[in-house]
Amino acid sequence: MTLTAKRFAVLVLAVGSLEVLCRIGWIDRHTIVAPSEMAVRLWQLLASGSANDDILYTLGNAVAAIGLSIIIGFAAGAAIHALPRLRSILDPLLASYYAVPIFVFYPLLIVLFGINSIPLIIIGAMFGVVAMIVNTLTGLDRVPRALTKSARLLRLGRLQELYLVSLPAAGPHFVTGIKFSIIYSVIAVIAGEFILSARGIGFRVAFAYNSFDGRTMYALLLLLLATVSVVTLSLHAWEKSLHRRWGRE
Amino acid sequence: MIDFVLLIVLLVAVWEVLHNFIGEHALSSPAETLSYLWTYVGQPAFWPNARASFLALGYAVAIAFVGGLAVGLPLGLYRGAGDVADPYLVALFAIPKITLYPVILLLFGLTLSAKVAFGAIHGFFPVALFAMSGVRSIPRTYLKSARAMGLSSFDTIRSVALPAALPEIVTGMRIGLASTILGTLIGEMFAGTEGLGFVLFKAIDRNNVPLIMALTLLLFVVSSSANALLLAIEHRLHRRVATDLGVTL
Amino acid sequence: MTQRPATVPLASEKRGGTGTAEQHVKVEQVVKRFAPLAGGSEVHALGPVDLDLRRGEFFALVGPSGCGKSTLLDIIAGLTRPTAGEVTFEGRKVLGEPPEGLGMVLQEDASYPWLSVWDNVAFGLRRKSVSKQELVRRVDAALAFLDLNDFARAYPAQLSGGMRQRVCIGRTLVLRPRLILLDEPFGALDQQTRLLMGDELLRLWRETDATVLLITHSLDEAAVLADRVAVMSARPGRLIDIIETGWARDRTSEIVADPEFGRITAQLWSRLRSESLRAREQAERKR
Repeated sequence: MTLTAKRFAVLVLAVGSLEVLCRIGWIDRHTIVAPSEMAVRLWQLLASGSANDDILYTLGNAVAAIGLSIIIGFAAGAAIHALPRLRSILDPLLASYYAVPIFVFYPLLIVLFGINSIPLIIIGAMFGVVAMIVNTLTGLDRVPRALTKSARLLRLGRLQELYLVSLPAAGPHFVTGIKFSIIYSVIAVIAGEFILSARGIGFRVAFAYNSFDGRTMYALLLLLLATVSVVTLSLHAWEKSLHRRWGRE
Repeated sequence: MIDFVLLIVLLVAVWEVLHNFIGEHALSSPAETLSYLWTYVGQPAFWPNARASFLALGYAVAIAFVGGLAVGLPLGLYRGAGDVADPYLVALFAIPKITLYPVILLLFGLTLSAKVAFGAIHGFFPVALFAMSGVRSIPRTYLKSARAMGLSSFDTIRSVALPAALPEIVTGMRIGLASTILGTLIGEMFAGTEGLGFVLFKAIDRNNVPLIMALTLLLFVVSSSANALLLAIEHRLHRRVATDLGVTL
Repeated sequence: MTQRPATVPLASEKRGGTGTAEQHVKVEQVVKRFAPLAGGSEVHALGPVDLDLRRGEFFALVGPSGCGKSTLLDIIAGLTRPTAGEVTFEGRKVLGEPPEGLGMVLQEDASYPWLSVWDNVAFGLRRKSVSKQELVRRVDAALAFLDLNDFARAYPAQLSGGMRQRVCIGRTLVLRPRLILLDEPFGALDQQTRLLMGDELLRLWRETDATVLLITHSLDEAAVLADRVAVMSARPGRLIDIIETGWARDRTSEIVADPEFGRITAQLWSRLRSESLRAREQAERKR
């Protein structure tokens, strides 16, 4: 069996078992809903378009947060890399950044900006930016000295060297950074919507839970799971193919 | 050492500036926060809550670490299984766990188990992923010689795989610990009747800004200290492993 | 690799003629000291070194590890400034920037993994003011000369170490350098490949009429390839001897059969042996 077939088999097995356990009543209907029902409900939601507004809202927030994370993260990473003193000062902060419960600032942001997209985007960006910074730093660190040396020998200016050699050489790490920025930004946006929001997928999930609407809740979770998986795994696969094509590391 | 002091100074300065800019109703000043924290820690209400949190955290960390290793180590050892499982682990790591929260509540109810479960699922994935990666990057010759000596799988893991992959396993634990702390905290916020997370939740609800800041500061200090400790261990292990392989750093 | 491609115009326009022993590169009293690392003392790495390279000659430099050969090359290439002394290339001082007309091949693989072989070779030329047709012509010619035609669309990761080194040589070649510096370019390759690459290098040298300065730790390689071989002392590196091989220009690796080859390598080793012992002592003392 090929690898893909095996993976598919595992998925089928897991979902199948859950389905069976739900159907025969081993798992309480009120606790977990059968996968088939989840899928049906999701289809209903998507077909009727009733979830579209929330989906677009969350998507918009996520994309904005991700965009900010990547751009600010990359710029900051490149700047910090160029200033070794600054880097050694900021190092402990970067290493322990994810130890801070960032979400505590979410209420503060709401006080400042109101219950709308802005706090969500900001908190999403705050959560994702450091992943990009750290990976940018690692990427620039790992540019082999031979490559920058050869660029100098070819009489490239400093900016040309950065743009034509260092950046492409650090490419795979940027992809890793983008992958994690996406993951963390989405987590923060959804968590924010879950905690306090008037719209969005996170809000809808919380609402469904509070209304004891298990089917809708699980349908939305399924949507979330599927979307996040597809995006993350595509990036993951691209990352791997880059590493393979380059033959390094 | 001086760089660390500079960092603290920088952070406090930024904090102070933000406080002046944003205003007291959203952000209390460093001085205020510290004095509030000092008083709060002295109050009778504090220690029972702290103890409850530590208990929940302890259980969650134990489950996350043991579970993560129990899954990650064999998957690293058996490449076939590891290849199949890899995308699932990555995808599940990317899911905003907060959305699984209703599921956990449905399964466990408003109990300690819910808090612990929530914390554990946050920490499980980094530990498992890094452990798997760590074992995979063990030079094949180590494992071949173990097999040649007739070691059972369990013994191979215990005396060869585990020590060789230790640096990366510790990295996973470090990230897992930070995630578990956050997870348990969020768990307490929603399912708790006690614990620091619960206190934080009430503080957010009542917009008790100094308390929010004080607790955040406390959590940050505890979390980053644990992080720094594990980081130091990690560096030691990396140096040791590197010299064992004949490479001098 | 036995087929000779049609003569390709790789030689640069300015030819000094191999008859004249014209000074192409002049190294005068070059010294290099490195600032002390944490808690150490200043390191006197190199010099003083005096060296004259004649235009069009093939010059090799051998010496024990750590004696400063690479540092000297970096200084000549303009990558580092000497602490004292100066380097002149074609009458102009070399000062902290690689001069025009100079090419260098490094010890490590410097091929760019994100570019195809063709794009790798074309890389340096793109930034020069040559027409598109000229660029294509030169790159194609270089690939043909280095026998990489079949791999033009491949990526470095798919090639062997030797081929990747050829890509790096190609990248330097298209710029028509008049001085080519080689820092142990075959260091990472196996012996057979090294011998074949040596022949390639001689062919390159003849076609381009360039002055070549090769650093190697292989005495055999230096003895076969070079017109003159200099022996460098252990750190701080100084030139202790220069041996003329007197080989004909159209030599190949087959001259290893010549008894003169044995004499030359014996001479080199006798100079080098004591220096190598000293270098080893230095390294052990450091530990």
